[in-house]
Amino acid sequence: MASQKRIAKELTDVTSNPPAGMTISLPDDSDIHKWHVTMDGPSETPYAGGHFGLIVRLPAEYPFKGPEITFATRIYHPNVTNDSEGSICLGPLKPGNWKPVTRLKSILEAIRQLLIEPQPDDPLEPRIADQYKNDRRDFEKTARSYVAQYAKGAVKFSDATGTEETTTKRSEPEQPRRMMGQE
Amino acid sequence: MDTDDDFMSNVSSEEDMLPDDSDNDMSGDDDFDFDDEPDPDIDIQKDIGQQKRAAYDVPFTVHQPQDIQRQQDDLINEVNMILNISKEEAAILLRHFRWNKERLIEDYMDRPSQVLDAAGLSEKISGPPKLQVIPGFCCDICCEEEDGLESFALKCGHRYCVDCYRHYLAQKIREEGEAARIQCPSDGCNIIIDAKSLDLLVTAELTERYHKLLNRTFVEDKDTLKWCPAPDCQNAVECNIKKKDLNRIVPTVSCLCSHRFCFGCILNDHQPAPCDLVKKWLKKCADDSETANWISANTKECPKCGSTIEKNGGCNHMTCRKCKHEFCWMCMGLWSEHGTSWYSCNRFEEKSGTEARDAQAKSRVSLERYLHYYNRYANHEQSARLDKDLFHKTEKKMVQLQKESGMSWIEVQYLSSASKALQTCRQTLMWTYAFAFYLARNNLTEIFEDNQKDLELAVESLSEMFEKPVQDLADQKLKVDIMDKTSYCNKRRIILLDDTAQNLADGKWTFNVEFSTPSAGPSGSGARK
Repeated sequence: MASQKRIAKELTDVTSNPPAGMTISLPDDSDIHKWHVTMDGPSETPYAGGHFGLIVRLPAEYPFKGPEITFATRIYHPNVTNDSEGSICLGPLKPGNWKPVTRLKSILEAIRQLLIEPQPDDPLEPRIADQYKNDRRDFEKTARSYVAQYAKGAVKFSDATGTEETTTKRSEPEQPRRMMGQE
Repeated sequence: MDTDDDFMSNVSSEEDMLPDDSDNDMSGDDDFDFDDEPDPDIDIQKDIGQQKRAAYDVPFTVHQPQDIQRQQDDLINEVNMILNISKEEAAILLRHFRWNKERLIEDYMDRPSQVLDAAGLSEKISGPPKLQVIPGFCCDICCEEEDGLESFALKCGHRYCVDCYRHYLAQKIREEGEAARIQCPSDGCNIIIDAKSLDLLVTAELTERYHKLLNRTFVEDKDTLKWCPAPDCQNAVECNIKKKDLNRIVPTVSCLCSHRFCFGCILNDHQPAPCDLVKKWLKKCADDSETANWISANTKECPKCGSTIEKNGGCNHMTCRKCKHEFCWMCMGLWSEHGTSWYSCNRFEEKSGTEARDAQAKSRVSLERYLHYYNRYANHEQSARLDKDLFHKTEKKMVQLQKESGMSWIEVQYLSSASKALQTCRQTLMWTYAFAFYLARNNLTEIFEDNQKDLELAVESLSEMFEKPVQDLADQKLKVDIMDKTSYCNKRRIILLDDTAQNLADGKWTFNVEFSTPSAGPSGSGARK
């Protein structure tokens, strides 16, 4: 598979020279299609001091099909679903927008940027987006309380992915079911 | 009555159609749904509409796949010549401008480089697209760098290996159904791949799909074109009715596959009711009809606060949960006036009871009114379905009749005409009830209802004749009756539609609902994509 070489290269790249505040590991060394990323909440944001887990799933068709990236840690953010799914709304990840040349590193950096600068005009959680726009202090307060509740200490990747064991061998590409309707 | 002449013309026109039908390879058994979608007005139109187009009629053209292709080619050739750019580029530009040739040329003359840029084209001149082997090349997608790796780049110069390019295009075309706007795989590069480069890169099967998708965007991009919604029909219909006209006209068009549909909303023909009312009505029916039926049959309203109450057992002494009003379920009167006749209500004359019942009746009127129209609408809908079943039987009947009576094929065609007339007329009747539901009462409504009644009576009696056993049908007298009635039904339908459409066009109807012009906003049209 042509994608193996590309993924291996990206992985070496990203582990030897990781994006700011991130560590990347493979939950299963034999499967390079699934990455665990720990992202530190950027300073000067309500997420500072938190450690957020991200799960990156690369479909078999990668890089012709984009990765699926979800938060494993609950986070209070206009562009991330406020549930255990942790789906992210990010322009380049939408099916029509994905370009095969795009590197995961730049996507991860874009997610970090999203924490620094939420996009309330393209929200996944309209209510949180409203609050972000109109009542910033309340928004930051809740965001911080989420950090205190969910994002302290070592990151747990297990709960959002109950089917972890069964997904190691994934012949069928996983459809981005959670992103539906968010075009 | 002029039936004979009419019938001969009808028959002969049908005769002409026959070879056409058999050429049409879609005449499987089940296709009757569409094949038999009748067009009984042809002969009548000769009577009424020859001098002037009938008010309910809109001009339209049906385009077959090769016409659609030719139209695109013509436009592309024209732009190719006027602007002196390649055909592939002309095609991309035209798609970018949604096939608005005039605007394209004007804009291009004004500021060519911006236009090219926005459309995803490059000004660079280059030879025909070709695959190249470049020493030391490393593909940025798969990270492959072996010697002799074939690669390809669009005018933008972003070069990738042929394998990756193929993969990318297959993903776009097959999985995402994209064709007109496939960009260079590079990040942030908006150069669009042209048909010639695509042909060079992918398999014939994929190219075919690509061109199919391109054709689809041609029809979808143009407001005056719509696909015929019949299953397996590949034709498109062109009609110049604008969205804003839809409250003045009901643009029913008829495809070559004989499917009749509304150009405004793509639903099956719903004359005489305008699209907006149809939408309202269908929504109301989906929401309300069953609920309303049940409420009407099983509940009453509290005489004091109007809450809907279902009596789920027990005696007639009701206490409203909401307002604590106490009343008798039978007479709806105050319970306190019941005196000693508890639990057996036989009083009917007291004032409180009569008033309460009046109020009750009033509140039920709107519900009853809706059910009145709904039941008739639903009845015609169902009958039309049954008549469709009947048509299949009719075919057999016609064959049987030929055998038994020695009539020729042409001589039994009157049954087919009758069946078609029944279905079209029922379809119309069905929608007259939805239309009438939203009409405010005035003189015009009375004329409308008279027309409706005439048509309905005629249809019912034709329906009855039509169901007679085969041996009766052989009777010459019945045959003539059926032919007369068929013609009469068709004529009544034309009159009704013409009258209604005329008043609609003149804005003479008053409706009891906000009747919106489906102007701006996406609500007016049917589903896109």
